[in-house]
Amino acid sequence: MNIVSMQETTISPELAKKFSRNLIERLIEFGLLCSAAFAVLITTAIVYVLVSEAIPFFQHVSLYDFFTDTVWTPNYSIKHYGILALVSGTLTTTFIALFVAIPLGTITAIYLSEFASHKVRETIKPVLELLIGVPTVVFGYFALMMVTPLLQKIYPDLTTFNMLGPGIVMGIMIVPYIASVAEDSMRAVPMAMREGAYAMGATRFQTAIRVITPAAISGIVAAYILAISRAVGETMIVAIAAGQQPNFTFNPVESAATITSYIVSVALGDLEHGGIGYQSIFAAGLTLLLMTLSFNIVGHMARKKFAERY
Amino acid sequence: MVAKNKHNEIIKAESRDLNFFYADGTQALKNVSLPVYENKITALIGPSGCGKSTFLRSFNRMHDLYPGNRYDGQIILYPDNTNILDPKVDPIEVRMRISMVFQKPNPFPKSIYENVAYGLRVRGESNARVLDEKIEEALKGASLWDEVKDRLQDLAFNLSGGQQQRLCIARALATDPEIMLFDEPTSALDPIATVNIEELMSSLKDKLSILIVTHNMQQAARISDYTAYMYLGELVEHDKTGTIFTKPSKKETEDYITGKFG
Ligand SMILES: Nc1ncnc2c1ncn2[C@@H]1O[C@H](COP(=O)(O)OP(=O)(O)O)[C@@H](O)[C@H]1O
Ligand SMILES: [Mg+2]
Repeated sequence: MNIVSMQETTISPELAKKFSRNLIERLIEFGLLCSAAFAVLITTAIVYVLVSEAIPFFQHVSLYDFFTDTVWTPNYSIKHYGILALVSGTLTTTFIALFVAIPLGTITAIYLSEFASHKVRETIKPVLELLIGVPTVVFGYFALMMVTPLLQKIYPDLTTFNMLGPGIVMGIMIVPYIASVAEDSMRAVPMAMREGAYAMGATRFQTAIRVITPAAISGIVAAYILAISRAVGETMIVAIAAGQQPNFTFNPVESAATITSYIVSVALGDLEHGGIGYQSIFAAGLTLLLMTLSFNIVGHMARKKFAERY
Repeated sequence: MVAKNKHNEIIKAESRDLNFFYADGTQALKNVSLPVYENKITALIGPSGCGKSTFLRSFNRMHDLYPGNRYDGQIILYPDNTNILDPKVDPIEVRMRISMVFQKPNPFPKSIYENVAYGLRVRGESNARVLDEKIEEALKGASLWDEVKDRLQDLAFNLSGGQQQRLCIARALATDPEIMLFDEPTSALDPIATVNIEELMSSLKDKLSILIVTHNMQQAARISDYTAYMYLGELVEHDKTGTIFTKPSKKETEDYITGKFG
């Protein structure tokens, strides 16, 4: 072992830590921490309210009934609280929306990132962003007044309220979200990767599909997760155009209520404050949160699995 | 048509009065006329920014990827005797025959196997036996086979930098190119990996012609048969590597080589 004796030293004022510099650093750090904590705090508060209001509900309705009963009739004389009747509506409309939005959004992203000229891209992007800004209530009436009547021309038995029309419109609404997030991640793929593919004699399409898409996959998956959350949480479109009748069905041509459209109908004042019906919206809200959360977790795992370094 | 020089060496391709303009108007090449000999290594040297990469990238029409770039002049590919810069020539066909290895290894986000298979798949090859064979051959050609043969399905990013660069060489080799372009292929690598790549390039010239950009003069001296010295977008001088490094005919070349300048 090597023992070195320590030498006596002093701290010269020049090298000493400066109080003012330290203080400013600390303040900045604290400010940043506060902003980050704020988001966490709000989320926690929301979960707290949902859970605390849902607890009395579950003292009346067993978890088993809640998750297995397929009838949801809180304002009938024979009350049922089977969340599946709402979950089915949420899942069906979400699925239709994704069926529309994922292909369209991905293709749009690929086009904008790999094919469009600078000028075309700069024209299309603002239009897409405009679409993001359209209030959902407008989309709702668009589904009810335009899309459903149009679909009725093809399929005359379609009822005025159905899940297909609003599902499709919801999909259209989500396209720009997917396109924009996926395009950002594709554009972030280094040019060197593209040059490598072109240098091998690849066409634009081959480069886009076989190199850029896999390289950007984690961002693309993130875009899909965002889309799912957006679809699951969408309220106005389905409340307006899908009917608000809870209905345990996965048939897109039937009318149904989703978790969100149920919550909004209660919020609009059908049920009295404080009663079990009122509490049921918190149980429904909690279910919605759990659904979104689990989609996010699955998506996060998928992203990790696909994550590519370059 | 076969073109030859006075030493009876076959010319594989040559630029004639090549000028190149970037989209912003920068003229990066001025009347460059330079042959690339078959089964020889031609090295491009010169200070940073003198147009070496620009010249190299003209050979596989890389500049076409960016709008507004403009070529003026010819690059003739033999034996076709075709000006590959002609707008009627399909750049994809050119790239199928003239492949390129970049300064920084740029493997695709795929397995080792799929990286090498890429060029073959692009050409429509899907027969598993043919692919297996070609990939083994290319990896052997790039002296990488022994290191990766047991993990062909691993992600290419898990390889070291030097291995990644050899993978990129294997990828370029798999499609049997006639010319290979190297743009400072060892500048991002450590000395041992550099030696590997240099040996590899020397072994490749039996099969193809090589044009390499290097800012490392010793490297040019070690591996190349011909050396061209460029300065400010112009070709100052080109000759046999031995001649350039021992008795260059231009004062500027001598100054650069002896380190008086650059
Ligand atoms: N994309 C570009 N747009 C405009 N000018 C460029 C571009 N790329 C390179 N140049 C310019 O062209 C000249 C030659 O560059 P380059 O061929 O990269 O040189 P080298 O490879 O010899 O270092 C330089 O002056 C450089 O600034
Ligand atoms: Mg360069």
